[in-house]
Amino acid sequence: MNLRASSTRQYIRTALKNDNLRQAVNKATQTALQKRLAIVEQTPNWEDLRLRAHSIKQNVIEHLDEYLERFEKKCGENGIHVHWATDAEEARTIIKKIVRQNNVASIVKSKSLTTEEIHLNPFLTNLGVETLETDLGEYIVQLLDQTPSHLTAPALHLTRQDVGRIFQQKLGVDYTENPHELLQIARKKLRQKFLQADMGISGVNFAIASSGAFVVIENEANARLSMGLPRIHLAVMGIEKLIPTFQDLPLFLKLLPPSATGQKQTVYVNIIGGAQYDVLGEGPEQVHIVLLDNGRSKIAADVELRETLFCIRCGACLNVCPIYQQVGGHAYGWIYMGPIGATLIPQFLGLHEGRFAPFLSSLCGACHEICPMRIRIPHHLLKLRNQVVEAGFSKKGEKSVFKLWAFLAQHPVLYRLTTWLPGKIQIIYRRPFPAPGYWRKRALGLFDSRGFRRRFLDEQKQRKRRANIDQQHGMTT
Amino acid sequence: MQVALFIPCLSEHLYPQSAMSMVKILRHIGAEIDYVDGQTCCGQPAFNSGYRKEIIPIAERFIKLFRHKQYVVAPSGSCVAMVRKFYYDLDIHPNLHQARDDLAAKIFEFTEFLVDVARCDGLGGSFPHAVTYHDSCHLNRELGIHEQPRQLIRAIADVQFIEMEQSDICCGFGGTFSFKFADLSIAMTERKCRYIEESGAEYCIGADSSCLMNIEGFLRRHGKKAKTMHIADLLAASLGL
Ligand code: SF4
Repeated sequence: MNLRASSTRQYIRTALKNDNLRQAVNKATQTALQKRLAIVEQTPNWEDLRLRAHSIKQNVIEHLDEYLERFEKKCGENGIHVHWATDAEEARTIIKKIVRQNNVASIVKSKSLTTEEIHLNPFLTNLGVETLETDLGEYIVQLLDQTPSHLTAPALHLTRQDVGRIFQQKLGVDYTENPHELLQIARKKLRQKFLQADMGISGVNFAIASSGAFVVIENEANARLSMGLPRIHLAVMGIEKLIPTFQDLPLFLKLLPPSATGQKQTVYVNIIGGAQYDVLGEGPEQVHIVLLDNGRSKIAADVELRETLFCIRCGACLNVCPIYQQVGGHAYGWIYMGPIGATLIPQFLGLHEGRFAPFLSSLCGACHEICPMRIRIPHHLLKLRNQVVEAGFSKKGEKSVFKLWAFLAQHPVLYRLTTWLPGKIQIIYRRPFPAPGYWRKRALGLFDSRGFRRRFLDEQKQRKRRANIDQQHGMTT
Repeated sequence: MQVALFIPCLSEHLYPQSAMSMVKILRHIGAEIDYVDGQTCCGQPAFNSGYRKEIIPIAERFIKLFRHKQYVVAPSGSCVAMVRKFYYDLDIHPNLHQARDDLAAKIFEFTEFLVDVARCDGLGGSFPHAVTYHDSCHLNRELGIHEQPRQLIRAIADVQFIEMEQSDICCGFGGTFSFKFADLSIAMTERKCRYIEESGAEYCIGADSSCLMNIEGFLRRHGKKAKTMHIADLLAASLGL
């Protein structure tokens, strides 16, 4: 992955020429948006739900320590092993230990962005553990050795024809583009693995602080199988995923599926509230949960930017984003993409490495408008842009230009001169001035050397003169 | 009713005609016009690029210039949003906080002022053409202005008003964004212009010169029939002012 602006521009240029990709992204996002809208229109208190969810998360993030403590204690009571990881490396080390102690040879995974965040798959493969993604989209992306291009639909950038070809090449099956047949192919390959696996790994959608339980929602039953069949289950969870009690869960379950896939509910809601009970002998013998910080507590300490931790990863802001719609998620160069990704990239990876991301936005605000958690994404992008500039990571020379400009803007006579001059020049040189990039496909207007001020003041003089004449006229008659 | 004009940079230097049209309309509804000489920029281009410290003096100067006016009206949504909303993200001197709050409450975008403040339901007039309307992002989402311009357009007796597809999708300008990510920006503009063309309208009406400049530039360069028009120009034309 490369986060430099030059490679992003390069990627964007290629993506814009890739009609297949653009069609796939466009179709998928439009479908999700339409379905979402249909449900939101049937939900008269949608705004109210958003507000309530926002205030619940506000409370959780403000008192994150307390909620985490409560969660850990309750998990302990339920027989869930809790592990704390300050960063990606620590998380991997913890997981390695669990894998080694239990002689784990094969793992089935259900879709989890947090495990992508800590680069778990290549790590496990390097340990010699067979690791298989079991979410269909994620499985496809894994076959291609790519990363997901969407928060909820990892293979959103691919058409079903693409998938048919990938299966043909990688799995040696006959080509088909029938979605149902494709699903059956994947299902057959995966079922066997579920039964053999020693360990299942999942992410967490919501963790219930007061009960020590966690929730994973999905449509394909793959999460359910990877949570229930192997003898060990391990979940990796960002510490912001907590909600106070089970009573808060329905609210979030009302907001997330419509925003994500335009469904009223997902097909499955899985809850793990402990390890195997002796009496029933069902479910995993061991349940582990890795609580990942990886910069989150620092974000939570910022009274404004902490709002970016309210995200429930529904992907609606991606679907509605006019930039995402053009080029898809890989343009952002990291595992969290789209508008919310643009706020998370510099916060997680540092202002230097993530310096371009907050600028990859036209600040149109469609993301804030749609976000079920009402996250003011443009507001945060602006703040992060400021942080990039303050840290000295903006483009060379840019600062001096703005400084000069700011000086001029405080001196109206000089300020006018800077536009009067080009206006005068353009009377002779009747062509627009170069505007790199911008003008390649756009005609540019010419500066008006007179400008509004001159026109208005001249007009006012005339009006006064006319009024005077009228007055004199009135006096003589 | 005293109205002080705030004429943003693009209106001042590239589209003075539209600002003049705004003046005509404001006079037409009986407002007394006041021009504050010495006004420059609100600071938005620098703010959007991450330069906050640098524009504090610009914002403070702006607040002082307009603080004692009854109403301030501008032919641009994004510049009004800058003053009304984003000045709160700047470390303005505490002595000016009250003046900033006051200004935020009395600065209005042109169509907002006509409909919400001057209580003008429409001006009538005649403009026998097919028009569509582009919702500029800051105008629509920061200021919540989408009905007001439509109301004014619909009030023109013989205009044919057509809603284009996704009238509220960004035109791709985004200020410095259009330079930083030029290809992407152009792809977005292309899409907007396609929707305008598909609507069959002769004119795309807008209330923000920056978006109009962007859209117009693309339409013209690609020899498209549709033209852009600032809503102030539309209203002035319909009244024959
Ligand atoms: S920021 Fe909001 S819209 Fe975007 S993924 Fe997160 S919750 Fe969904």
